[in-house]
Amino acid sequence: MIRDITLGQYYQADSVIHRLDPRTKITGTFFFIVTLFLAKNVWGYVIAAAFLVMSIKLCKVPFKYMVRGMKAIVILMLMTVVFNLFMTKGEVIFSFWKLSISKEGLENAVKMAIRLTFLILGSSIMTLTTTPNSLTDGLEKLLGPLKKVKVPVHEIAMMMSIALRFIPILIEETDKIMKAQMARGADFDSGNLVKRAKALVPLLVPLIISAFRRAGDLAMAMEARCYRGDSGRTRMKPLKYEKRDYIAYIVIILTLVLCIVFGRNAWWMA
Amino acid sequence: MSIIFNHVYHSYDADTQLKTDALSDISFKIEDGEFVGLIGHTGSGKSTLVQHMNGLMKPTEGEVYFDGKDISDKDYPIKELRSNVGLVFQYPEHQLFEATVFEDVCFGPLNQGLEKKEAELRAFTALRQVGLEETTYYQSPFDLSGGQKRRAAIAGVLAMRPKVLVLDEPTAGLDPKGRDEILSLVKKLHDEEKITIVLVSHSMDDVANYVDRILVMNKSRLVYDGTPKEVFKHAEELEQMGLAIPQVTYAMHALKKAGFDVPTDVTTIDEAVDRIIKCIS
Repeated sequence: MIRDITLGQYYQADSVIHRLDPRTKITGTFFFIVTLFLAKNVWGYVIAAAFLVMSIKLCKVPFKYMVRGMKAIVILMLMTVVFNLFMTKGEVIFSFWKLSISKEGLENAVKMAIRLTFLILGSSIMTLTTTPNSLTDGLEKLLGPLKKVKVPVHEIAMMMSIALRFIPILIEETDKIMKAQMARGADFDSGNLVKRAKALVPLLVPLIISAFRRAGDLAMAMEARCYRGDSGRTRMKPLKYEKRDYIAYIVIILTLVLCIVFGRNAWWMA
Repeated sequence: MSIIFNHVYHSYDADTQLKTDALSDISFKIEDGEFVGLIGHTGSGKSTLVQHMNGLMKPTEGEVYFDGKDISDKDYPIKELRSNVGLVFQYPEHQLFEATVFEDVCFGPLNQGLEKKEAELRAFTALRQVGLEETTYYQSPFDLSGGQKRRAAIAGVLAMRPKVLVLDEPTAGLDPKGRDEILSLVKKLHDEEKITIVLVSHSMDDVANYVDRILVMNKSRLVYDGTPKEVFKHAEELEQMGLAIPQVTYAMHALKKAGFDVPTDVTTIDEAVDRIIKCIS
């Protein structure tokens, strides 16, 4: 059911990757994405894949669990592949009716599919191994310099962590409301588009009302504990880089450099 | 019109490390017209169990039969099952959504495919059955008090004319007056409308006062199944499960200890009064 969405959810385990500083993981993920887009030949992808496999092995999250979260984006991926396959002009190798597939199109489609898969697996390692709270802590610290130009970094980070915190709660609530309405004969998955959209009203109204109620309660609880934004706020667990973080930085930069050195040549030169 | 559970198992996240058994080897039969209480500690599997009764969940192993038919069959009319077994969830906030109470109660019957007139008629009957004041019919359901919301939610299910009514913790979060009102309403529905009732609760006093039969769940298993007298004999075992026995039964135990010749298998206050009078006169 709706609970199967794992994208953006934390998976409890005790691994090196879990213990890394959130800043390391955010920067690492960013570098990994850059690596993916710099890779121009097979070697580039092999290097990225090696890095990915190593991270998956290290993070102790079952691979099956990760893949389950990918189901949600299968359609997006298929669309990208199909468009790349048919819309790229070049040397035609196969055609029927008005559609034709070119050699370049095939190449692009395969590349895009690999890139997207790696990208999502890579970033899901970050979200699966980092609690939403430490993720926003890390982000707040990384974006800290922006405070100088009056960007309310702390407030943005707080809003993000609250939003993330509420995702599982609202998912669970949606599940309960759906069941309560199904018990009264509501039907969420048949009929045409208009009928289905209408069927969502009995689900959305209670959900939105409850979200507002929760938001009000939370605001009250925060005020009761004297929350007043960033000014003069200290942390219970200040972020601190450890030895393992420096090692992780070295590994990720090495991957990036290797990828630039060996992967910059064009595809066909591999 | 019986509900039969035959060696039912249900586990969540069956294919991962997070696998948890919510139901293990549950077997029982509920006959037409019974008033059954289902008790158990939080997380004992009560809610999962009741969701099997109207097909919101299907057993991972074993079968659930309603009226002699297996509800897991591919061609089983699941919508019909949900009309026959009405399930009222713990929080009325999860189901009230229309602009007025009346429209909200119409939602169920309209889903059953009834004409608007017939649906409205049923809604009126149901609202009257649950004893809501007529002034509330055209109010927003969100302006009602906790007890009134609960009634509106029950009416929303009753309007579908179920043969079995399952109530998941209908008294949670209500004050004593609201609690008594809801429970006597349920009792009335059982006695006058001849509806089979399954009442989920963790208040022993509620259950002991109203039901004919008690099912006790503990750690996904069904541990006791019997009349209140039979079940509450196991005071020690129930306490180990984090449950209790009715307060009046404790009082009778204390009286016995203090030297009065009273029976200790008393579960309701009326009965206790009788026995104590008998003992001292």
